[in-house]
Amino acid sequence: MSITNNRLTPSAYEQNFSDIHPPFETRDAALVEANRCLFCYDAPCMKSCPTGIDVPKFIKQITTDNIRGSAHTILSANIMGGGCSKVCPVEKLCEGACVYNLMDEEAIPIAKLQRYSTEKAIAQKWKLFERKPGNGKKVAVVGAGPAGLSCAHGLAREGTEVTIYEKESKGGGLMTYGIAAYKVTPEFCQEELDYIISIGGISVIYKQELGKDITLDTLCKEYDAVYLGFGVGLARQLSIPGEHLDGVVDAIRFIYDIRTNAYAQVSVGDKVAVIGMGMTAIDAATQARRLGAKEVTLVYRRTEEEMPCTEEELSIAKQDGCGITWLASPKEIIGVNGKATQLICNRMQLGEPDAGGRRSPVDTGETITLEVDMVIKAAGQMPFETLANNDHLANNNGKLLISDQCATNIKGVFAGGDCVNGGKEVVDAVQAGKDGAKAILRYLQLTT
Amino acid sequence: MADISSNFLGIRSPNPFWLASAPPTDKKINVLRAFEAGWGGVVWKTLGSQVKNVSSRYSAVDYHGSRVMGFNNIELISDRPLELNLREIAECVRLFPDRAMIVSLMADNTKEQWHELIQKVEDTGAHGFELNFGCPHGMTERGMGAAVGQDPEIARMVVEWVMEKATIPVITKLTPNVHSVVPTGKAAVEAGTHALSLINTIQSVTGIDLDTLVPNPNVAGKSVFGGYCGPAVKPIALKMLTTISQDPVTSRVPISGIGGISTWKDAVEFMLLGSANVQVCTAAMKHGFRIVEDMCEGLNNWMDEKGFATLNDFIGKSVEKITHWEDLDINYHIVANINQDKCIHCGLCYIACEDTSHQSINLDYGKPYNTYTIKEEECVGCNLCKLVCPVADCITMVEERKGAEYLNWKEFQKRGLPLNDH
Repeated sequence: MSITNNRLTPSAYEQNFSDIHPPFETRDAALVEANRCLFCYDAPCMKSCPTGIDVPKFIKQITTDNIRGSAHTILSANIMGGGCSKVCPVEKLCEGACVYNLMDEEAIPIAKLQRYSTEKAIAQKWKLFERKPGNGKKVAVVGAGPAGLSCAHGLAREGTEVTIYEKESKGGGLMTYGIAAYKVTPEFCQEELDYIISIGGISVIYKQELGKDITLDTLCKEYDAVYLGFGVGLARQLSIPGEHLDGVVDAIRFIYDIRTNAYAQVSVGDKVAVIGMGMTAIDAATQARRLGAKEVTLVYRRTEEEMPCTEEELSIAKQDGCGITWLASPKEIIGVNGKATQLICNRMQLGEPDAGGRRSPVDTGETITLEVDMVIKAAGQMPFETLANNDHLANNNGKLLISDQCATNIKGVFAGGDCVNGGKEVVDAVQAGKDGAKAILRYLQLTT
Repeated sequence: MADISSNFLGIRSPNPFWLASAPPTDKKINVLRAFEAGWGGVVWKTLGSQVKNVSSRYSAVDYHGSRVMGFNNIELISDRPLELNLREIAECVRLFPDRAMIVSLMADNTKEQWHELIQKVEDTGAHGFELNFGCPHGMTERGMGAAVGQDPEIARMVVEWVMEKATIPVITKLTPNVHSVVPTGKAAVEAGTHALSLINTIQSVTGIDLDTLVPNPNVAGKSVFGGYCGPAVKPIALKMLTTISQDPVTSRVPISGIGGISTWKDAVEFMLLGSANVQVCTAAMKHGFRIVEDMCEGLNNWMDEKGFATLNDFIGKSVEKITHWEDLDINYHIVANINQDKCIHCGLCYIACEDTSHQSINLDYGKPYNTYTIKEEECVGCNLCKLVCPVADCITMVEERKGAEYLNWKEFQKRGLPLNDH
């Protein structure tokens, strides 16, 4: 057993990481689905979208060959509507609410239709938004992820000058660095970012990390307002013996490596255990398999009832041949010569519901042992608590506290997205950015 | 098993489904294929003076992803040599003696020309004639087709010429491009026609190419009005048929129904409003002749279910059910009801009623699903919500009479009863 790279042929890598949700191949194919849409009033799909995209309207516009209008409908509600069409867990959002579900019929493939319109807009660089003349105000945005980009676009449209400070060398945030490659490519993320900032008035400065290369104090002095959208990023530690052994990695790092290197350069073990059952855990497990791991087992403390990922995500993992061990809580990682060889788990059972209503796992006293050479930890991400405290930003365990006007406790500093909510979907961050832009415009007295 | 065989003016066919005079019936190869597929008869594409067709010839109207909801053509009568048509008609009659062979005619406007054409066609052994007084394009400019059908007196004269000569049954086909089909129908009956058929196509422009700005169909950058047919025209045809079925003169002769018939259900509707048989074209042009299989089977099953042994048991049964507005019962009142177990919360009933009808539906906000209920006291029983609801039997109309007795508008006025106050 060993952790190695270059396990597959180039064509196998290409196939394993090709688009899991391919687009409509023809206009006719899109029309068949678009014409099925009932054009609901006060549509459940629209109400289930955190950005409130007018889904019936954009689908109707596809049927009338008004693709430009369709893209405008989507992007005016969600400037990352292209990326969201690829990464949104639509089965629990718009498509999950589609009224066809209530007729036991297939839901309208809303994401695929959304991709149909937005992909054309992005590829053909349609100019759908007009920037207002400069209003003389300057805003700094920290983080070029979904929240930051959405906020920046909202501000720039109104004539504000925006500078985005991004600690990585590319924008897109977790879209670029934290999502399975078969859902969205880094190239697409770059095109989407370029499209968003093509409105003008937005400059992005890379390799600028808050607290290292720039300080909040300076930004506050140099700009009329600051928007913080720096997300989360620290992997939650398991705090169990053996966590330091070779072969134990965190999922964020593992996925980051896949997103920033050629697939053949990324190492993976023969027998991999992935701890956790959220979206990131699934993305790590499926991609470990797709990199050539012989056995991948997802380890989760509770049962399928309580898992944070969607059924759809779980089925991708199952189809990829990932095993699942339910009701197992990591206790210790055993190593030989400094390398992980076994994962010992406590066998759990479900106890009483906790405050949130989820039944808590209780240790049965029995243990199970998994033979492993790699352990990927995907037990959640932690907010940047030290960063928040150093800058005297009011927070709750690192999650920034904001008012209903998206304002932090520091005057002129606003925040939104994962750094506030602790980590939700891309689409939630886009909405947070929209709200942030609106609040900042009001603060700058540019709107009422 | 019901008997679906048909006897129209003594012309027998194994079923009441004929192919209308049109491209599918313009030559032997098509007609033999149609008979092999099971069609009861054909009306051979119109014979007459020499014509030349153009290219293109057809255009269509699509609706909500469905092709050919309506169909339009600018094709003329048969452009093949008369002798060739006559020879092929005779062969088809010989090969399929149990099927109806009607020949559509449109001679130049002289008695001699009509008589000559009639003689030649009778020599083929065909079973009957259909006079084309309806073609709305190309021929009208030469005083033929709809130009005849639009003027009752010209129609009467031509029918009289035909009746002097014909020894086999004569059907006169009516044009819908008039304010009423009855005057020409009456003139034809009074001149002796044995039967009427309707409708021919309706003059139309189906659409315009938004890139070239040329209307359809495009003939070298120009277009002309074409004849509209297909499912879209069925309701208009049914209305015109009813006026013929209800008129004391025109109802004396059998009617062959035409206009957007695509299924056995459409055919039954025509027959319930007085058609003795039906003619089909567009549906066959869209799907091929094989559609006749389900037409026969569906008709047969429906007749068995309803207990009708022969076609005559139900032909015309709905004619008397179409009445004058002032005879309708004002005390009849229905109120919509939404079955909450079936409702999928699409809101289509609500927005239709709220924006365009009587604001009779409540919306109780829910995320993501609203609840919709009927304000019974506001509902006028218009059917709109039920019509737009995508779920079968989710919205039903419940009878809640305003009064026990039958009360019509004339009586209502006589008694000085109050008008609505909403």
